[in-house]
Amino acid sequence: MGIAALVGTPIKRREDPRLITGQATYVDDIKLPGMLHMAVLRSPYGHARITSINTDAARKLPGVVAVYTAQDLKGAVGNVPVAVPLPPHIPNGMGIHGPLAEGKVRFFGDPVAVVIAEDRYTARDARDLIEVDYEPLPAAIDVEKAMQPGAPLLYEEFGTNVAFSFHPPTDEIDKVFEQTKADGGVVVKARLVNQRLAPVPMETRGVVAEYRKSDKNLTVWSSSQIPHLLRNLLAATVGLPQHQVRVIVPEVGGGFGCKLNVYPEELVAAFASMKTGHPVKWIEERSENLAATIHGRDQVDYIEVAATKDGKITGLKVYGIADLGSYCQIFTDVIMLAFGFPVSSGAYDIPAIHLSADIVFTNKVPTDAYRGAGRPEATYVAERAIDLVALELSKDPAEIRKINFIKPDQFPYKSAASGIVPGSVYDTGNYEPALEKALELVDYKGLRAEQARRRAAGNGNGKLLGIGISSYIEICGFGPKGSAPVGLYESARVRVEQSGTVMVYTGSSPHGQGEETTFAQIVAEEFGIPVDNVLIMHGDTDSTPEGRGTYGSRTTAVGGSAVYTAVQKLKEKMKQIAAHMLEASAADITVEDGKLSVAGTQKAVGFAEVAAAANLSNTLAPGIEPGLETTVFWEPEACVFPFGTHVCVVEVDKETGETEIRRFVAVDDCGRQINPLLVQGQVHGGIAQGVGQALFERVVYGEDGQLLTGTLMDYAMPRSFEFPPLELDHTVTLTPVNPLGVKGVGEAGTIGSTPAVANAVADALGVAHVDMPFTPEKLWNIIHQK
Amino acid sequence: MAMKCAITVTVNGQQHHSEVEPRMLLVHYLREALDLTGTHIGCDTSQCGACTVLLNGEAVKSCTVLAVQADGCEVTTIEGLAPEGSLHPIQEGFWEKHGLQCGFCTPGMIMASYQILKDNPNPSEAEIRKGLEGNICRCTGYQNIVRAVQYAAEQMRTAATQPVGAGE
Repeated sequence: MGIAALVGTPIKRREDPRLITGQATYVDDIKLPGMLHMAVLRSPYGHARITSINTDAARKLPGVVAVYTAQDLKGAVGNVPVAVPLPPHIPNGMGIHGPLAEGKVRFFGDPVAVVIAEDRYTARDARDLIEVDYEPLPAAIDVEKAMQPGAPLLYEEFGTNVAFSFHPPTDEIDKVFEQTKADGGVVVKARLVNQRLAPVPMETRGVVAEYRKSDKNLTVWSSSQIPHLLRNLLAATVGLPQHQVRVIVPEVGGGFGCKLNVYPEELVAAFASMKTGHPVKWIEERSENLAATIHGRDQVDYIEVAATKDGKITGLKVYGIADLGSYCQIFTDVIMLAFGFPVSSGAYDIPAIHLSADIVFTNKVPTDAYRGAGRPEATYVAERAIDLVALELSKDPAEIRKINFIKPDQFPYKSAASGIVPGSVYDTGNYEPALEKALELVDYKGLRAEQARRRAAGNGNGKLLGIGISSYIEICGFGPKGSAPVGLYESARVRVEQSGTVMVYTGSSPHGQGEETTFAQIVAEEFGIPVDNVLIMHGDTDSTPEGRGTYGSRTTAVGGSAVYTAVQKLKEKMKQIAAHMLEASAADITVEDGKLSVAGTQKAVGFAEVAAAANLSNTLAPGIEPGLETTVFWEPEACVFPFGTHVCVVEVDKETGETEIRRFVAVDDCGRQINPLLVQGQVHGGIAQGVGQALFERVVYGEDGQLLTGTLMDYAMPRSFEFPPLELDHTVTLTPVNPLGVKGVGEAGTIGSTPAVANAVADALGVAHVDMPFTPEKLWNIIHQK
Repeated sequence: MAMKCAITVTVNGQQHHSEVEPRMLLVHYLREALDLTGTHIGCDTSQCGACTVLLNGEAVKSCTVLAVQADGCEVTTIEGLAPEGSLHPIQEGFWEKHGLQCGFCTPGMIMASYQILKDNPNPSEAEIRKGLEGNICRCTGYQNIVRAVQYAAEQMRTAATQPVGAGE
């Protein structure tokens, strides 16, 4: 493979000049002639019947153009799309919703009506004039209570809040557990909670829809991660032919999975533009974002793990309860089952796994993909299980990990989960070196010695030292055929222009990950041209080939592979053209240093000369098609499995319960690193979100369904002073799944870090388990109850 | 509809005469009346700092300032931090050190960093982190933002700096 010098270099980003000068265009920066503004009226109740809606006063306010409710959308706008409606209930309508509430509202923030007005302030004034009469209903908030008979029902006609159940027989796993106990082993049990989180990208959602009545063409700008999927689903849902809809994703201020979706407001804005004939803009307020953008996680796992007295795990039982919120958005019903369950084994060779599940509707906003999407929950289970076994056997958790790691010669590794859910064959891995490196960097031996000393001395300095390890794996780079109903390939159209510059149109949709830089590095390296001669374009469905977008740590693994493959095709054609120009054989031509040369000679022709010959056509040999452009659709045959070890060192203050992160070491393996600077950035940000879950963040709904964490005053976002300098290192284990040898890294930091903090805090307090977030109040109570 | 007030605001060195509702936020005035969209809105409770600009040389959250309060004042936004075609050392620092990913919090971070370095040209890491407590970033985990500010501090200490608001 020709990748060498530029790839692997931490060059500065191509994206930055426009971003650091405030010249980038995010969706709220778009202004179109005649543009109207949309404001959304939302339910103030978690669960209620709508008895009447009166929009008269709102309509009469000067500057108001229209007010729409669900009635106005009937026949014009379909339901919010769901990728995999799990039978039996969801295909029959459970969890399916139109863009505006009809008859009932099912979460605080559920959209009820919209105002279309001449300016933003008037739209909000008019929103306040809409009168809605509600009959409040009891809310189902606690997911386990929501499963019980007698719980308030969101969808009365189904008689339950449980959308899907999976409870296979336990005979075989029970036998394993019995045998283990009979042999003198142990069984440990735990109830683990991954609390509900709000993704909180710094840019809220937003959309501008512009419909031209003359030719019935709709253009939609949206702060989205999925331009092509949005285009296709939007067209189908508002009843327009696919070719008449264009989606442009401008600069996006963060997504983290919550913008991998099709939302009611996008559909309604399109509808409003189609009705009024004017462009319509909707920009989400932050309080709306916390209430009405999907939440992440919200899973309860009951686990049982059996291990020999030497610490080898013989079996794992996981019963997962997923809190879906009130409706299905695009992946709501499958996050736990399709993304988490396949990696239940974690990094460990567990011969027997039993998985069971209930997925349940509650009166909260829908849950869906949020950085990690199912894998953090599965990793948390595996990493807590290891530490619980270590605690039970009074053994070192690092040693228990080594005993149970999947060994290098076991790859490709078919997990015991693969009999239950698809996708559990791990490509490559080498877990122990990453663990060893992390332990050495953090001086694990020294820390354990310090811990022992301080404990023997009665923790006199008022602080409890804890060390937590997390040796995670994750599944990403979606994905092979069957991963989703729509096929998760990625596309690239590469054009070498007359002047020798290169345009790349990718179906990926980066929003901070930096692929305008990393893809340019790959292309420039392969063509042997300066990286500044390559331009990466994305986001516009008019110019990019059909693509699938950016999420699931797939952009470099899948999108990059499409780019790489397209470049190889063009290289072959350029070699043919150069061979003709140099009167040589194409097989002898090399492409590097801005030239195409006959190997072993001085005979060469410039890259730009060959590009010109192709584009100007007159000097091409007969049979060679003019132009130098190709489109590739690249589909992986498998997912990829990055891994690593994070070690978190905490000091918990006995007087205040506050947790200080004294050190955080992360050794991650994402295969080949195209740009190490950007890889580190992804790990930093991922760790911040993982630590955020462990220490600070939690969505709280009152029992009546009121959202209590409704602003950033209440939802605790991690801030700059809450982190020590993060210490990063890496190992490199390539994958054969793609030509670049890359795995993903966008989510790995989040997936790996949360359990490291959790294990550290449990270790500090000397208890088996503490549920997240580790607030000072919670830890203080535990410390002072002992 | 409320009566409008006449205000005169100098933004990035250019004087503007405008009529605004008393309730109009400075950030909306900048973004919508003056088309300076580099200043961003990230929240509605003054938590996030994405809207940070300089008001008479001091960093403020422009979502919590009314446009009428800026009457007679000088405002500097990200667009006016350095003369056109050049970069302020803080902007350079963010570029060099990969202090941004999605870029949405970045203009506010840069303006807040300006204030930190104005008050303290040689801040420690702890002082930088404390100084940024009013600015939230979801992408970077703050690590490279701190490095960016350290880089800028060193550049500014060892070289002559550009006067602020010199954008023409």
